[in-house]
Amino acid sequence: MAKVIKHKGIKRLILIILTYSIIQALISVGIINDYLQATIATICINIILAVSLNLITGFTGQFSLGHAGFMSIGAYVCALITMQYPSTPGFVLGVFAGAIAAALVGIMVGLPTLRLRGDYLAIATLGMAEIIRIVFLNMKITNGAAGLNGVPQFTNWPWLFVFTAGTILAISNFLKSSHGRACISIREDEIASEAMGINTTKYKVAAFTIAAFFGGIAGALYASYFYFLKPDLFGFAKSVDILVIVVFGGMGSISGSVLAAILLALISTYLQSFPEIRMILYSAMLVVIMIFRPHGLMGSKEISLAAFERIGREGLKYAGFKRK
Amino acid sequence: MEQFLQQILNGISLGSIYALIALGYTMVYGIINLINFAHCDVYMIGAYVGYFCMTVLGLGVFPSLLIAMAVCTVLGILIEKIAYKPLRNAARITVLITAIGVSLFLEYGMMFFVKANVRSYPPLTGIMTAKFQMGNITITMQQILIVSITVILMVLLQFIVKKTRVGKAMRAVSLDKDAAEIMGINVNSTISFTFAIGSALAGAAGVLVGIYYNSINPLMGVVPGLKAFVAAVFGGIGIIPGALIGGYFIGAVEVLVAGYGNSMFRDAVVFAILIVVLIVKPSGLLGKNTREKV
Repeated sequence: MAKVIKHKGIKRLILIILTYSIIQALISVGIINDYLQATIATICINIILAVSLNLITGFTGQFSLGHAGFMSIGAYVCALITMQYPSTPGFVLGVFAGAIAAALVGIMVGLPTLRLRGDYLAIATLGMAEIIRIVFLNMKITNGAAGLNGVPQFTNWPWLFVFTAGTILAISNFLKSSHGRACISIREDEIASEAMGINTTKYKVAAFTIAAFFGGIAGALYASYFYFLKPDLFGFAKSVDILVIVVFGGMGSISGSVLAAILLALISTYLQSFPEIRMILYSAMLVVIMIFRPHGLMGSKEISLAAFERIGREGLKYAGFKRK
Repeated sequence: MEQFLQQILNGISLGSIYALIALGYTMVYGIINLINFAHCDVYMIGAYVGYFCMTVLGLGVFPSLLIAMAVCTVLGILIEKIAYKPLRNAARITVLITAIGVSLFLEYGMMFFVKANVRSYPPLTGIMTAKFQMGNITITMQQILIVSITVILMVLLQFIVKKTRVGKAMRAVSLDKDAAEIMGINVNSTISFTFAIGSALAGAAGVLVGIYYNSINPLMGVVPGLKAFVAAVFGGIGIIPGALIGGYFIGAVEVLVAGYGNSMFRDAVVFAILIVVLIVKPSGLLGKNTREKV
C-alpha cells in the first residue's frame, strides 16, 4: 500500500479527489452558499483562462492581449447551442464546439500574426479581440449590444472542477512533453531554438491554438453559469484582467496562476463592500505589487507535492519524530 | 464630391486630435519601449482641467488650454517618477502591467471625484462660434482652431526635438540609452522631459476634444487612446512624423467609414487596417526594418 501511495500519479489523484469532495461536501452541507458558489465559479473560470494564457505569455514568451476574444467565442457558441438544445449532452457539445471554434480562430489569427514579435504581437492580438467584439456587437444571432439573456444554466461545481482540473493537467503535461519543451525554448531564445532545428512558427501557433481552445472552454462555462452575455463583457478590460492574474502569479508558473486567481477573486469579493473605491484600491495595489514584486508571487517556480512533503518531513523532525 | 470633401475636413479635425495623442505614445515608446497605457487618461484629465477652468474659473479657451497643458505636464512627470522609474530595469511586461494599473487608477480615481456622469463643455461664444460656408462645405471655427493649434504644437515639437539641446538628448537616448549615458547625457531627466512633452500634448488634445465634441466623461480616454496608439503604430512607432501621418490617416478612415459605410464597424476597420499594416510592414509606414543580430 505504502508503495502505491508513493507513486506520484496516485498522490496527485488523491489530492484531486480530496479537493473535489471537500468542496462538494461543504456545498451539500450548506456552508458554501450561492454567493460563495458564484465566487468559486469565477475562480475556476479565471484559473482556466490564466493557465491557458500563461501557456502563451509565460511559457512560450509571446505577448497576447486578446484572450478575452477567445473567451467570447466559446461563450457565444456554447450559449447558442445550449439555448437550442437545453440538455446536458447539449451543454457538453456546446462547450466543445465553443472551444473548437475558439481554437480555429486561434489558428486563423495566429498564423499571420505570430511572425510579429513582442509589443507588435500584443497590439495585433488586442486588435483581433476588438474586431471579434465588434462582430458580435453587430450580429443578429447574438442579439447585438443588448446581449443574450436566459442561457440555460448547466455549469455546476462538478463540471467546473472537471474542466479546471482537466485544463491544469493537460497544460502541465503538455509542458513536460517535447513539444512543451520546444515552446519554453522559444521563450528563452527564439533565434537559438530556431538554430537547434525547432520550427518556431509551428510551436508558437500550437501554443496559441491550445490556449485559445481552453479560453473557449472558460467562456462556455461562463456563459452557462452566469446565463447572461453581452459583447462588452469581453472587451480590452477583460483581457487585461486575465493578463494581470498571469503576471501577478508569476509568468511561467501554473501554480502561481492558480494561486493568483484565487487570491485576486478573494480580494475582489472582499472589496465588493466598498464599491466606490474598489477599483482605485485594486489598481493602486496592482502598481505597488508590480513595483515591489516584479516577478509576481511565484516567479517561474511551481508549488509541487514534493515541497509539501519536505515541509512535512522537516516539521516532523522539529516535533521530535524520526522517520524510520 | 462636396460631401466627400466635407467628410475629409471632419476627418482632419478628428485626425488632429489622434495625432496629438499619438505623439505622446510614440515618443514614450521611442525612448523607453513602453506602451504607456496611462497616456490616454492624461488626455482625459486634460479635458477635465479645461472644463474646470472654463466653468468654475470662467477662463477663455486659450488660458484653459495652457493651464490644462501645464497640469498634464506635472501629472506626466509624476507618473513617470512614481510608477515607471523604479521599474527601469524590470521585464517589459511588468512595466506594461504597471502602466495598466496607473491607467485604471486615474480612471477610477477621477470617477470617484467627479462621478461617472457625462459633462458637457460650456458653449463657446463670440468669434469661436463662427461658421464659414464654401459652396456646400461648412468649416466651423472650432475645426480651424483644432487644426491650427495642432499645427502650431507640431512645429514647436519639431523645433524642440531637432534644434534644442534637450531634443538632441532625447534623440540620443532613444537611439542607444547606454551610449547616451556614457556620453554624459542625464538619461533620467531626458525621460522625464519626454513624458512632460507627451503629456502636455495629450492635455491640449483633451481640451480640444471637449470643445469639439462637447461632452467628457472619466472613461473617454480608452477608445481614442487605443486608436491613437494604432495611429502611432501605423506611422511607425517611435517616429514623430509617423504619428502625425498615422493620426490623420486613422481620422480620415474613421470618418469615411462612418459616412459611407456602417458606423458600427468603423472601429473594426481601424483595427483591421492595423493588423494588415503589422503583417505587411511591422515597423510601420515610415519605419526602417531592422535585422535582428545574434
